[in-house]
Amino acid sequence: MRNPYAPVRMRVERNAVETEDASIRTLSLSFVERREVFAFVPGQFAELSLLGVGEAPFGIASSPADPDLLDFTISRAGQVTTELHYLEPGDTVGLRGPLGNGYPLEELHGRNVLVIGGGFGFSTLRAFTSFALHPANRGDFLDLEVVYGARNPGLLLYKDELKNWGRRDDMSLSVTVDNADQDWSGRIGTVPAAVKTLQVDPESTTALVCGPPAMIRYTLPVLAELGLRPDRIHLSLEMKMKCGIGKCGRCNIGGSYVCTDGPVFSLARLDRLPREY
Amino acid sequence: MRTIARNEIGRLLDGLLAGYAVYAPVRRKGILVFDRIRSGDEAILDYANTRTSPKHVLMPQMETLLSSCGEDPGVSEHTDCGKPAVLFGARPCDARAFLFLDKVLRDGQSRDVYYANRRDSLLVISIGCTQPRETCFCTTTGGGPLSAEGSDILLEDLGSVYLAHVASSRGAEFAAAHGLLDTCEGEPPGSGTVNGGLQPAIEPPVDLGLLKAALDRSFDDPLWLTLAEKCLGCGICSYLCPACHCFDIVDEEAAGVRVRNRVWDSCQFSCFTAQASGFNPRPTGRERYRQRIMHKFNYCIDNHGMAGCVGCGRCVSECPVNLDMRQVLAAFGGRRGGN
Ligand SMILES: Cc1cc2nc3c(=O)[nH]c(=O)nc-3n(C[C@H](O)[C@H](O)[C@H](O)COP(=O)(O)OP(=O)(O)OC[C@H]3O[C@@H](n4cnc5c(N)ncnc54)[C@H](O)[C@@H]3O)c2cc1C
Ligand code: SF4
Ligand code: FES
Repeated sequence: MRNPYAPVRMRVERNAVETEDASIRTLSLSFVERREVFAFVPGQFAELSLLGVGEAPFGIASSPADPDLLDFTISRAGQVTTELHYLEPGDTVGLRGPLGNGYPLEELHGRNVLVIGGGFGFSTLRAFTSFALHPANRGDFLDLEVVYGARNPGLLLYKDELKNWGRRDDMSLSVTVDNADQDWSGRIGTVPAAVKTLQVDPESTTALVCGPPAMIRYTLPVLAELGLRPDRIHLSLEMKMKCGIGKCGRCNIGGSYVCTDGPVFSLARLDRLPREY
Repeated sequence: MRTIARNEIGRLLDGLLAGYAVYAPVRRKGILVFDRIRSGDEAILDYANTRTSPKHVLMPQMETLLSSCGEDPGVSEHTDCGKPAVLFGARPCDARAFLFLDKVLRDGQSRDVYYANRRDSLLVISIGCTQPRETCFCTTTGGGPLSAEGSDILLEDLGSVYLAHVASSRGAEFAAAHGLLDTCEGEPPGSGTVNGGLQPAIEPPVDLGLLKAALDRSFDDPLWLTLAEKCLGCGICSYLCPACHCFDIVDEEAAGVRVRNRVWDSCQFSCFTAQASGFNPRPTGRERYRQRIMHKFNYCIDNHGMAGCVGCGRCVSECPVNLDMRQVLAAFGGRRGGN
């Protein structure tokens, strides 16, 4: 019988600084012994484990189209995240997952997808965007529009990819920063302000949103103004988690568990749950 | 017809000790608890209920999930639970709590192997109650002093003898193997075969269905604040509760040995839900007390078809500020048809 608390071993292939202040790094991990296919959908997460230090949940930041190398983008917040930052290529780390539900891919088929992200919350949206851009999948979605913001240019993640996405003609990208520096020639302003300027057809568009609470709070009214129905807005939530499998009892919002019923919820579903998140 | 005489119990337990780890009510440091016994006459038969619940038999207060040592990359999983066990003398409420824990830990989407292994090798022999305590409210939560739910064998206490009711197929095998024939042949406990009059009456103060419907409407009720003002947030209710199962996972490292432990936790503690960012969705006692009641009497009924409370009354009798669960339930459930 599988032990749901036992991690599999992963090898660190890369550990790259993402932000100028080095507070966020991306780990790329490969499987040490492959027991089965690691099948996941964008928006799912995994627990990274350092036995003796602890475990913490992180969104899977890479696309399922490349299942052999899993990326995790990790903001340094405490004990586990600090130790993860110190890992070097060749080190091993434990992984439990994939966990949670992920973005509703089937529901997105044949629709315009509006991706809205900020902070490290952009990690699973990066996974979705890379997945959607894969030649085998691009035809499943209509227009792909990505809005991504950070407090300042130094805090932007995945800079190479953003450059590449900005040049493509099969998607559109708006990157915005709250505070610019001299070198910044892009958009200045908040994510909700950038979303406000978009032309979207509310009937054929579904939005995926993940970011800090303030971004979410101010973005939702803008989406409502654009005419998006609550069942076509999907939010990825964060909660304190331990087990990740619906047992330890700390991540619930009403009767729903963010670790198993989420982390992705439609706004329509959230509206039926107590406001305790 | 064969009943078990009270003075035969010691010998029965002695017979089990060779093959099983036997847990029974015993006095430890002056407190009545369930613990391993070494001889049958240690078991105390004259008791209302133990101070702590027998939950730790299935879910120890602390247990090691994983460990590793030195440079060895191998990880030990500690899932082997050793000898099969018998829990003797559980009260029906506590046995019924196992049924609830099964739903959460064993039978959910993923199986908690640590719990499941212990549960699957545990035989529960419960003893029905003849004298409920003043704090008992098992009938409110769907159980009763002669409920056999969660037990493999229920002994009906007739004073100098017990009547054995087999309540599961494992209980039947066990009874056959140990000469505990089901003397009641399918008659429900207390149905009058010998002395149905011993079934004590406990008036259910609250209707669970009405209570749930009331709680569905009560998330923003000002009463939560009033209740929380009294509550100290000490968490003793969670620790004594036979159905509370929330846990923390904590790692430790010393002298090259790395362990990952599971420890009981409580939703009454502020760090239970505090996020790494500092944000806490349940920042005060109001949200935390509400979570305790809502989880047990609303969310659990939706998710598991059963309340996360069996009415054992330990939280009532041990709460340092006398926050009485029954009164809390009555306050919400009592306002039927009201706001
Ligand atoms: C579904 C999900 C997906 C997630 N995805 C990601 C992701 O992709 N990337 C990501 O980075 N995070 C992600 N997180 C958040 C991440 O899990 C937490 O940041 C992580 O658990 C923190 O663990 P830690 O052991 O480093 O922190 P802990 O050691 O547990 O520290 C956190 C606690 O300690 C306090 N603390 C920590 N450091 C300090 C300090 N220096 N001074 C004072 N107090 C401090 C904090 O206030 C907090 O209470 C996700 C969370 C969830 C639930
Ligand atoms: S709550 Fe019911 S089953 Fe539990 S000790 Fe009291 S009377 Fe017995
Ligand atoms: S993280 Fe344990 S129940 Fe969700």
